[in-house]
Amino acid sequence: MTTALKLVLLFPLIGVVFGLSFGRRLPEKVVGWISSLCIGAAFVSALIAVTGFIGLGADGVGVSVRLFEWISTGPVHIDATLWLDQLSSVMILVVTGVGFLIHVYSIGYMHGDWGFGRFFTYMNLFTFAMLLLVLGDSLAMLFIGWEGVGLCSYLLIGFWFEKDSAADAGRKAFVVNRIGDAAFISGMLGIFALFGTLEIQEILHNSHEILAGGGAAVTIITLLLFVGATGKSAQIPLHIWLPDAMEGPTPVSALIHAATMVTAGVYLVARMGVLFQMAPVTLVVVALVGALTAIVAGFIAIAQHDIKKVLAYSTVSQLGFMFLALGAGAFSVGIFHLMTHAFFKGLLFLGAGSVIHAMADKQDMREMGGLKKHLPITHATMLIAGLALAGIPFFSGFFSKDEILFEAWAGPNGHPLFWALGAIAAVLTGIYIFRLLYLTFWGTSRVPDDVHPHESPYTMTVPLMILAALAALGGFVGLPQVLGGGAWIQEFIGNATGAVSHAVEAVGGHAEEATHGNSGLQVVLMVVSVLLALTGYWIARKWYGRENPYPEVPETAAPGLWKAMRQKFYFDEFYFMVIGRPLQKASEWLYRVFDVKVIDGTVNGAGQVTTTLARWIAGLQVGHVGSYALAMAGGAIILMILLLI
Amino acid sequence: MTLTGYLILSAILFTLGVLGVLLRRNAIMILMSIELMLNAVNLAMVAFSRFIPGLDGQVISFLIIAIAAAEAAVGLALVVQVARDRQTVDVDDLTLLRG
Amino acid sequence: MNAQDLTFFGSIWAHWLSWTILIPVLGALAIAIVPKDRHTLMKGIALVVSLVVLAMGLTIWFSFDPDSAAFQFAENMKWIPGIGAAYLVGIDGMSMMLLVLTAFLTPIALVGTWTSVTEKMKGYTASILMLEAGMIGVFIARDLFLFYIFWEAMLIPMYLLIGVWGGPRRVYAAVKFILYTLVGSFLMLIAILALYFLHGRLTGIYTFDLAALEQIALPFGPQMWLFLAFTFAFCIKVPLWPFHTWLPDAHVEAPTFGSVILAGVLLKMGTYGLLRFSLPIFPIAATIAVPWMATLAIIGIIYGGLVAWVQKDIKSLVAYSSVAHLGFVVLGIFTFRAEGLSGSILQMVNHGLSTGALFILVGYIYQRRHTREISEFGGLARVMPIYAAFLLVVAFSSAGLPGLNGFVGEFLILIAAFQVSPWMAIPAIPGIIIAALYLLRMVRGILWGPLDKEENKVLKDLNLREIVTMVPLLFFIVFIGVFPKPFLRPLEPVAAKIEKRMSSVRQPVRYVIETPTTVESEEQEIQLKAEEPASDTEPTESDELHSAEMVK
Repeated sequence: MTTALKLVLLFPLIGVVFGLSFGRRLPEKVVGWISSLCIGAAFVSALIAVTGFIGLGADGVGVSVRLFEWISTGPVHIDATLWLDQLSSVMILVVTGVGFLIHVYSIGYMHGDWGFGRFFTYMNLFTFAMLLLVLGDSLAMLFIGWEGVGLCSYLLIGFWFEKDSAADAGRKAFVVNRIGDAAFISGMLGIFALFGTLEIQEILHNSHEILAGGGAAVTIITLLLFVGATGKSAQIPLHIWLPDAMEGPTPVSALIHAATMVTAGVYLVARMGVLFQMAPVTLVVVALVGALTAIVAGFIAIAQHDIKKVLAYSTVSQLGFMFLALGAGAFSVGIFHLMTHAFFKGLLFLGAGSVIHAMADKQDMREMGGLKKHLPITHATMLIAGLALAGIPFFSGFFSKDEILFEAWAGPNGHPLFWALGAIAAVLTGIYIFRLLYLTFWGTSRVPDDVHPHESPYTMTVPLMILAALAALGGFVGLPQVLGGGAWIQEFIGNATGAVSHAVEAVGGHAEEATHGNSGLQVVLMVVSVLLALTGYWIARKWYGRENPYPEVPETAAPGLWKAMRQKFYFDEFYFMVIGRPLQKASEWLYRVFDVKVIDGTVNGAGQVTTTLARWIAGLQVGHVGSYALAMAGGAIILMILLLI
Repeated sequence: MTLTGYLILSAILFTLGVLGVLLRRNAIMILMSIELMLNAVNLAMVAFSRFIPGLDGQVISFLIIAIAAAEAAVGLALVVQVARDRQTVDVDDLTLLRG
Repeated sequence: MNAQDLTFFGSIWAHWLSWTILIPVLGALAIAIVPKDRHTLMKGIALVVSLVVLAMGLTIWFSFDPDSAAFQFAENMKWIPGIGAAYLVGIDGMSMMLLVLTAFLTPIALVGTWTSVTEKMKGYTASILMLEAGMIGVFIARDLFLFYIFWEAMLIPMYLLIGVWGGPRRVYAAVKFILYTLVGSFLMLIAILALYFLHGRLTGIYTFDLAALEQIALPFGPQMWLFLAFTFAFCIKVPLWPFHTWLPDAHVEAPTFGSVILAGVLLKMGTYGLLRFSLPIFPIAATIAVPWMATLAIIGIIYGGLVAWVQKDIKSLVAYSSVAHLGFVVLGIFTFRAEGLSGSILQMVNHGLSTGALFILVGYIYQRRHTREISEFGGLARVMPIYAAFLLVVAFSSAGLPGLNGFVGEFLILIAAFQVSPWMAIPAIPGIIIAALYLLRMVRGILWGPLDKEENKVLKDLNLREIVTMVPLLFFIVFIGVFPKPFLRPLEPVAAKIEKRMSSVRQPVRYVIETPTTVESEEQEIQLKAEEPASDTEPTESDELHSAEMVK
């Protein structure tokens, strides 16, 4: 099992080295398949490792694999250690599994691109970094992966770097992420100062001895970590980079900006769950930020014309749901939604990619419509994903989202208000996803005459179908008790946070216990959440199920709100005005005035003074030998007089 | 003759030298005046050596003769160069080093 | 004298450090007698000599005992006994690291700029070798007099490199560079002399031996003044904000080789001096100075980053980024904690590698396009993919991406600073955001975007020589990031020693601060020969130093 775990990391790394060495020399097919197979092999290794781990007992404690000593100096000792427990098991399976499918898909999607080899190198590097992130046993290792995925995200968003918009989007993503990372580092420093270590398990284990529950220290530290998470997971106020990130190739959006990287923040909070449970204030903040993001992004998603932008804001919104679950104290449910989201949102993006591929790189839904008959497989799979996203029973998203809404109300840290916010977001979800389906696949065709849509090659459709199966059925691993299931996945992940709940008894209840208790409430809420999803569908049908959906109903009904939604509620403009431009102006001022005028002015001024003084003294040098001789004689006489007197 | 006589002679010669340096414009004349000053000192030294026991004065006068020779050699060489270059040896015209 | 010393090689080995200085000097002399137009021969001599020095540096690295804080490869010869100046050299982990860095960067920078200078080759190559000798001398001198001589001697070749082979405003830049440095170093000279006489008066022994000077407990007043003089000289060299304005000028005008060495090695001399002199000799003054130095360092981190962000010239962008990076180093030094100190020393090496590499890369495109304006480029990744890959790695190393070298040092420094006080670490953290801002702006401007300029469309990718230059740099950039242990290990004894030295005075300092005048005068009069708390250990160390025996 330990070997398998090491291989999980090694295979993507082999892919990177291979890509760097041969990416430009070998034919596309070879490069694509070898890179994909590296991820496939990593998936198989992950399966072996996870089976081996479950073989030890599904409720067992995690296994650590020490690789080498990374930093050791003075009191700082950081090992490169891998940690496999239930939480990281789920994560590595999702990352390598979905990652493998997306790699295979990319072989078809990226066909003919001049950067084909480069693309797969980046993707392998990304997978490696992401695995490091979820497997790292210390915060420092996690952070290496954290920044590593940020780097790959930067490179892949700006993959078509000759487009100014792509290059700018990549930079924006990295810089905004860095803001979160700065907070993350601050949190790590605080943890190190208090605990003297960055080993996650050690921190969690000792947290109750070192920190006072609900105290200032733990609240500040968890808030800082959460700010880091908002950067990576695109939550308000740091969500602005994700929609721009859609400049990258679509498989990238599917893998990085839907299925895996953006969920790293959720993973981080779940991983440090013990600390977060000790800080109720932080949990409320997490829940509120999540709920708010879910709603705001839901609104924005409704008003986007670009198919990928809709999905991008949908991702932001769904991540908000996950944070809502975390904030409610239901960590395993958040991770459950992370998993189902990886299936259906990855699928939605790949489907969108297939549409874009078919539409000769057009992404504007105003030029689509009626694509169902041209793209039957894409349509079917995206429909499944859409149903899952909307939360229609019994697709995967239904189970996880329903559970989030339930936990938001009844979870250890839940509150009916959280539920209400989540409910609004759930309706919005229904609206925007069915709007997308209506405008893209259904209704009459608005496709320009020069575009001839065609179904994508099998390398693209097969991954779609596999993901569709997962999106449809993946939720059953988390079938709740009230429906006769065992909530297996929640229990399973709960074991990783199991150490959590045992340690935290003093602080609060336990997600699963709450679940056991309120089955009546759960049934009611479940019915309500189905109704919410159907409401969303009903509204979308009313607005878009017409012959010609344009101009859109909400646009004519509430033009002011619609404009704000189209403009993403002016977040970018606000940041630019309040932070970006003043900072640039200040920097310019520092350089042009302070550096050049004040400091250098002083220095050059000192030089000037010296020169002036020297010129003045140089005036004594008349260059006339006679005068010198006279001065000398005069001096000698004066000296003589002085001596004689 | 007494020491005073020599010293007076020496002083007169020295003063003539100083005046020459101060009043003459011709670089060669200035050099000659400097030679005159040096020799005035030589005279004083030799006189001291004659009237005060010991060879100090003679030793110093030898040193001065050597220095005077060196000075004349370097100085005249410079003057020759200047004359070639500038067609004049008038020191009032040589003011390149004015600050 | 053991039997080894009787053999020919044994006697060379006994003076191994001296040979690392002598060989470049001999090389420079050899270049002096080469006929004027044999350019390749001169460069060849310079390259061979610098490679020999590199080989010697590597033998030092591998035969160095990383677990000892003592000075190794020590040599002690009479020099000017009349004034107590001796030829004392030796290296500890920190000196060893910087010596190897110097020996490593010189041939690399030379190969990297092989074709960039075409005129006055004799002076150029000779200056390079003299510079190398001077820099190594600074790092190995154990005698203040000797140190000062190397410190000043090294300025001359650098001055020439900037002033003769530099850009259009080279004379202004060179004069500014040398005047700035001289202002500091004259103060340092005065301080060295004051220290010398003070030590002589207190103990009756007049010596420039650093180990001896470290022993005395200086009275409070002189300690403050001398600390200020030393530290001022080093701060200019670092350069710490606000003494940094010579740096952008010097960098922009210097030829590529000069920029590489300036950033790679010369800037380390300031921080090296702080660690070697300012801290151990004046521990009390240094402790009092912590808030001031930390403030300046943090201002430097933020200010340097922000100003770098708005630069149009790539070289001055990198120059200002150095101000920010060295701010981190100074911050780490003034934590007085082992992890911060070794982080700082490692960060010096990291900065040498990353910024050196950046300057070489800037030199590559400058030689192709004869401009360094960011706006003149764009889309180079299309025509120069290898170059793009190199620039990306180096830029991210400079931005402190985990997994590359820059992060290790920065992280250790921040950890140490945070433990001293969160207020020392948190204000510095925006610096890492700003680092991403300016480095990505540079990458964006050079590599990405449309390839819209005709001149850029025909650019050739790096040739074999240029690739060969970059590979070792990249190797260490990645290696230190992934496995920093071999680089941290030799630093550990040094860091522990300084930490111990500093913590030994922490108590008395509080005392002095709280009761200002009364105790001071007592200290001056009575405690002139006051024992340092740590003095029971230090004589043994100085004994080790005095023995001419090699440790290994």
